[in-house]
Amino acid sequence: MHKLSISELAQGLRSKQFSSVELTQSFLARISQHQALNCFVTVTEGQALQQAKAADLRLASGQATLLTGIPLAQKDIFCTDGIKTSCGSKMLDNFIAPYNATVVENLNQAGAILLGKLNMDEFAMGSSNETSYYGAVKNPWDLTAVPGGSSGGSAAAVAAGLAVCATGTDTGGSIRQPASHCGITGLKPTYGRVSRYGMIAYASSLDQGGPMARSAEDAAILLQTMAGFDSKDSTSVDRPVPDYQAALGNSLAGLKIGLPKEFFGEGLHPEVAAAITDAVKQYQNLGAQVEDISIPNLSLAIPAYYVIAPAECSANLSRFDGVRYGYRCQNPEDLADLYTRSRGEGFGKEVKRRILMGTYALSAGYYDAYYIKAQKIRRLISEDFKKALSQVDVIMGPVAPTPAFGIGEMIDDPIAMYLSDIYTIAINLAGLPAMSVPAGFVNGKPIGLQIIGDYFAEERLLNVAHQYQQVTDWHLYVPKGFE
Amino acid sequence: MSLTADEVKKIAHLARLGIDQNDVQAYAQDLSGMLDLMARMAEVNTNNVLPMAHPMDQVQRLRVDAVTEGDLRDKYQAIAPQVEAGLYLVPKVIE
Repeated sequence: MHKLSISELAQGLRSKQFSSVELTQSFLARISQHQALNCFVTVTEGQALQQAKAADLRLASGQATLLTGIPLAQKDIFCTDGIKTSCGSKMLDNFIAPYNATVVENLNQAGAILLGKLNMDEFAMGSSNETSYYGAVKNPWDLTAVPGGSSGGSAAAVAAGLAVCATGTDTGGSIRQPASHCGITGLKPTYGRVSRYGMIAYASSLDQGGPMARSAEDAAILLQTMAGFDSKDSTSVDRPVPDYQAALGNSLAGLKIGLPKEFFGEGLHPEVAAAITDAVKQYQNLGAQVEDISIPNLSLAIPAYYVIAPAECSANLSRFDGVRYGYRCQNPEDLADLYTRSRGEGFGKEVKRRILMGTYALSAGYYDAYYIKAQKIRRLISEDFKKALSQVDVIMGPVAPTPAFGIGEMIDDPIAMYLSDIYTIAINLAGLPAMSVPAGFVNGKPIGLQIIGDYFAEERLLNVAHQYQQVTDWHLYVPKGFE
Repeated sequence: MSLTADEVKKIAHLARLGIDQNDVQAYAQDLSGMLDLMARMAEVNTNNVLPMAHPMDQVQRLRVDAVTEGDLRDKYQAIAPQVEAGLYLVPKVIE
């Protein structure tokens, strides 16, 4: 059952081939069998079975949605009422969220089953899942490799068939890069498309939640329920949500694809480049035209991002002070000691590094030189993409310069790890939607093709990905040991 | 540009962030590395470029100044480290 698509599962539930309770039990059994992957921080078994019983009743009453009775899992960054929401941090190891994120609420309303909460880099800061307080997640394709991050638990769980699909969040590539490394389909929507209410903030002007699934079709179904205007999120964009499935079948004849030369330069693994080139050829066979384009300021994305994201992180994470919730140090001497030690003991190394960087960039005398300067560079990058997207319909390139690296291989060199985000972070700075779609293997590890579209072009991206998945089977491969 | 250990301690103090003495040097090195990356930004002419805070240049919405949330104090305080009589407790600030 863990290899069926959402549509096939919905069909099976309706024709009573299996019940939601049976389906949920089979996923819970797989989760228990594959605990060594370390995908889950919390498994909500009892609640999942209750939800499944309710879903079976709803299915019988004819009031079901496509997601009713479908077992999925939430990245542990989304607040879940009454359920531990750790954000991968010791700081929130004891935090039982008192309310639901809008994304969680939407999926509950649709009747989806919550299997549990997924491991992630601490406060979504990391590209390997190694910064989690709960330890690294393993990549199902190679147990010695990282799954990517920060939504590494989500990507590994979907790839290993421990959940039908999962939610993720993407601040600098945190949906696309793990999707690429684990061979699944992930979509970072346009900034403002999915509500951030109840999604623990890292860098507020960049964070965006999105679907992670085994196919573009499944991602379309999940996004349909996740997306929409939310008055509780002041940066949510008030714009109707199109029917994402309706456009999946559209022909790609005449589609204009732009290949930015900056995405194929130095540092790109030659076999990754070859896989991307092959994927682009497939698109030409489907009737697309290819043009060379340029994003001249791409290389400035890393410096701009590593000012803006830490600056916003240092402001956002100042709320964790040991007073109202979360970790508090033992026997504080005074209030200053309470703050300093609770934060010092509650946060891990990478989070501290970014708080320090952000505090510095925002401190008196440096604000204009760093934060304002980075925001200006951000506009230049955004203008580059606007110009490119006035010439072509979508932009394609790699997601990451290499396949998944080994656990422990890069953890001591944070700067090298930051540099590996080059193809993803510029898209967050511009606020554009982008996907990772499985496009081959290098040394037995999956490679993702990145597809970038114009603002609110999720429909087009899903269509472009779906058509590719009709003529290729990269997304159908299952890692050995998880068949 | 490079940061000294003392500067790192000062930043940590501004952030009310306890850091291990033994880690100060490593943070100074990491942050200096990040600042080196950022130095590239200074070479770019950004005169007449407006800072970009929101991809759609959207401004924050206003809403009616009315109460929309119910009283959830008990629920919120149930997860607090230390409360008494509806108040959050911290070490004594004023003698």
